[in-house]
Amino acid sequence: MTMRLREVADLLGCQVVTGEEHLDRLEVDACFAADLMSDVLAFSRAGALLITGLASLQAAHTADVADLAGVLFVSGKRPAPAVVELACENSIPLLSTTLSMFEACGRLFGAGLGSAVRR
Amino acid sequence: MNGDAPPLPAPGEEVLYSESFPIRGNDFEHGGSVAARVKVILKQLGIPSDSIRHLSISNFEAEMNVIMYADEATLELQVLSGEVRVILADRGPGIVDLDLAMQEGYSTATPEMRQRGFGAGLGLPNIKRNSDVFSITSTVGVGTTLRYAVQFEA
Ligand SMILES: Nc1ncnc2c1ncn2[C@@H]1O[C@H](COP(=O)(O)OP(=O)(O)O)[C@@H](O)[C@H]1O
Ligand SMILES: [Mg+2]
Repeated sequence: MTMRLREVADLLGCQVVTGEEHLDRLEVDACFAADLMSDVLAFSRAGALLITGLASLQAAHTADVADLAGVLFVSGKRPAPAVVELACENSIPLLSTTLSMFEACGRLFGAGLGSAVRR
Repeated sequence: MNGDAPPLPAPGEEVLYSESFPIRGNDFEHGGSVAARVKVILKQLGIPSDSIRHLSISNFEAEMNVIMYADEATLELQVLSGEVRVILADRGPGIVDLDLAMQEGYSTATPEMRQRGFGAGLGLPNIKRNSDVFSITSTVGVGTTLRYAVQFEA
């Protein structure tokens, strides 16, 4: 089961912060949800969608170094301009939803996406 | 830095590319920028993407450790045929118990650091896991030196 990021954005009523032009191209089959970037760096596989409440520069760097497909910020978190710029430079789409972490994960799981935890 | 001899390639080894990157303690605003710059360089040099991912993850964790715990450091990148090496020597408090620091879950991070998404006690063990060669040395009151390398089919 894969979803285009466009479908993810539609399902969760996301605001597209940056990377609109990549949403129809990028597909994900799994997500990794965490506020600790070290968790993501240690346990997520490449190509995942990162779901996080951490809207810092380090979230965008994490998506870059770990080759993630994009970042979904939950609970209405909006990244600062420097974060958006960094993500834009690296072609990493940033989405923002007002849904909580629990609800966002629940809906994506319900839609058939899997866990990106590396076994 | 901490008095260690500079890393020298063994006789017959050709360094294809090398560059040094300064990192400043407490510079959270730039935390990750050295890892990002190195990643761009490795891509341009045509290093395999899974090796770049391993190195970039290590560089990011190591860079954040300097920012969180040390005063300053230099990350030295050396690209050889079939191997990328990183030597990260910092000036800082050093680590009293290296075995403890290498344990998954051990962390002296502050709540502020955790708010930045670090301080899970996973950094050093993850650097080791992502490397084919790994060593850490530290002198209390002087600094810490990490050396790691990723190897690949040239
Ligand atoms: N460069 C360093 N200088 C001093 N202490 C360090 C350094 N790197 C790591 N440490 C110590 O080792 C511990 C474990 O490091 P690490 O595995 O990266 O986890 P974390 O950074 O999440 O705490 C740190 O909490 C810190 O006490
Ligand atoms: Mg660390």
